[in-house]
Amino acid sequence: MFELLGIPPQALFGQLLLGLINGAFYAMLSLGLAVIFGLLNVINFTHGAQYMMGAFGAWMLLNYAGIPFWGALVLSPIIVAIIGMVIERTLLKRLYHLDHLYGLLLTFGLALILEGLFRRQYGSSGLPYNNPLPGGTNLGFMFLPNYRAFVVVASLVVCIATWYVIERTKLGSYLRAATERPDLVQAFGIDVPRMITLTYGFGVGLAALAGVLAAPAYQVSPTMGSNLIIVVFAVVVIGGMGSIMGAILTGFGLGIVEGLTKVFYPEASSTVIFVIMAIVLMVKPAGLFGTAK
Amino acid sequence: MSTPSPTNLAPAPATYGVVGSNPGVILGIVAVGALLVAPFAVYPVFLMKVMCFALFASAFNLMLGYTGLLSFGHAMFFGGSAYICAHAVKVMGFTPEFGLLAGVTFAAVVGFIVGLLAIRRQGIYFAMVTLALAQMFFFFCLQVRFTGGEDGLQAVPRRAFFGIIDITKDMNLYYVVLAIYVSGFLVIYRAIHSPFGQVLKAIRENEPRAISLGYRVNQYKLVAFVLSAALAGLAGSAKVLVFQLASLTDVAWQMSGEAVLMTLVGGMGTIFGPVVGAAVIVTMQNYLAGLGEWVLVIQGVIFVAAVSLFRRGLVGELLAIARNYKK
Repeated sequence: MFELLGIPPQALFGQLLLGLINGAFYAMLSLGLAVIFGLLNVINFTHGAQYMMGAFGAWMLLNYAGIPFWGALVLSPIIVAIIGMVIERTLLKRLYHLDHLYGLLLTFGLALILEGLFRRQYGSSGLPYNNPLPGGTNLGFMFLPNYRAFVVVASLVVCIATWYVIERTKLGSYLRAATERPDLVQAFGIDVPRMITLTYGFGVGLAALAGVLAAPAYQVSPTMGSNLIIVVFAVVVIGGMGSIMGAILTGFGLGIVEGLTKVFYPEASSTVIFVIMAIVLMVKPAGLFGTAK
Repeated sequence: MSTPSPTNLAPAPATYGVVGSNPGVILGIVAVGALLVAPFAVYPVFLMKVMCFALFASAFNLMLGYTGLLSFGHAMFFGGSAYICAHAVKVMGFTPEFGLLAGVTFAAVVGFIVGLLAIRRQGIYFAMVTLALAQMFFFFCLQVRFTGGEDGLQAVPRRAFFGIIDITKDMNLYYVVLAIYVSGFLVIYRAIHSPFGQVLKAIRENEPRAISLGYRVNQYKLVAFVLSAALAGLAGSAKVLVFQLASLTDVAWQMSGEAVLMTLVGGMGTIFGPVVGAAVIVTMQNYLAGLGEWVLVIQGVIFVAAVSLFRRGLVGELLAIARNYKK
């Protein structure tokens, strides 16, 4: 066996894997934020709450309807996305002609409402969710739990599929065109308002999917979203919201950096992403993948 | 709704004339008069809480309402200087006035550093950067020992103010806090109604144009940010004198959210808006304290209602009605 700077490999790879899982959530959430911001010009502060709702959706489906994890993995994001689209149609839609800040404030208020309601109903402490893929594989240098491997692979597939749809298909080209010039796209006969609603639903669904994936890995708790969303904002500032692939790479990369910090200097693990953000702001204010505006 | 102003952000406030002819000044004098006699009718600790938060929200409004930059990290200055003030008074034996000074100095220095980073981005990114840096500061406070962790710094002594005023009596402390509040408010009033304030408003309305006119926009933004941070620090330090406590609640992101909420409800970009907003929200929190988590839900509903229905805030809508009435 080898040792690296006095760190046993089990600890190192274990934290790397945890970092990769966190990175998967950062990537999926910042991807959703970027897609929503591109078309709606709204920074979706409710994103964290919708991630939390995804996890609670899975928990409720299991405990009230007896639907297991694999069913919830499909159902919960769809339900949360529908709720999101209703919110878009009734509230967000009326703010598009105003400054971006109003969208931020509205979604912040929505996040407070959702978090408050769930805290009222389920308390602040977490609820357990059973691991649907118990057991693991011994790789020789580390023990790989099956579920964690599944989370990383599943989120990679989702992220790359999203990238492919947006960057390489006809549907994606409509979306990119509408991001640039919604008026012109509308003139070509494409129903832009419906596209906006569906895009919001998609971004929200992505957040909820991350939430379902997080449910067995962490506990299901009403505060899980608000703690995460601030880190995701920092990830978005670091990556810049200009590019889909940029959001994915930054998300996974920062998760790994955070995991490594936990091994080598644990005291800084909760702040390292913010420190990186400060450095990026000094060196390249537009973000690593952003374009200066 | 009426037509939004060019940036769609804040309604342009009525231009204020010379001091004598300004109804705002008369209103201010009446308000101070009312505050002088108020503690005989209302519980003074409640009034002091309102004043601390009114100053906090007014400081925040200097950024959002007059410079057009939404800071989601003002808890960092409010709570950070609360810790410094509490530590200086409790552990190092400072008198309260030097405790306040230490708190304000700290907030100004941190404001300068954060400002340097944050003004590199605009709009939505500015909000995210300030929020993220404040969260970093929160984790810092959670980990270092001198903040007392989850317990915070409790039982901060109320020593004699300037060595002569006995502030262990709530009534005496009330007038000290009133003096702090009025001076902080006057600083903001003076800053807004100065050539400096005019440039800030120009930046809010049209930044590229302000740049093309030769103003060093970033320097103005930075000065405004430091001023706003220092005054938020003054509010946080004064809060320590009142409640004898500095805790993690003061630095958490929810506290930044409260400053946003108070300003939004009262009316951003109006001088009295944040004051009215602070009074409304603090009163509401007092009455609803027994409802627990519902307070969060109700605050969220107020946010949504304010953004959807009365974007100009209570004071802003009143001013608009008054302006229509004049016509």
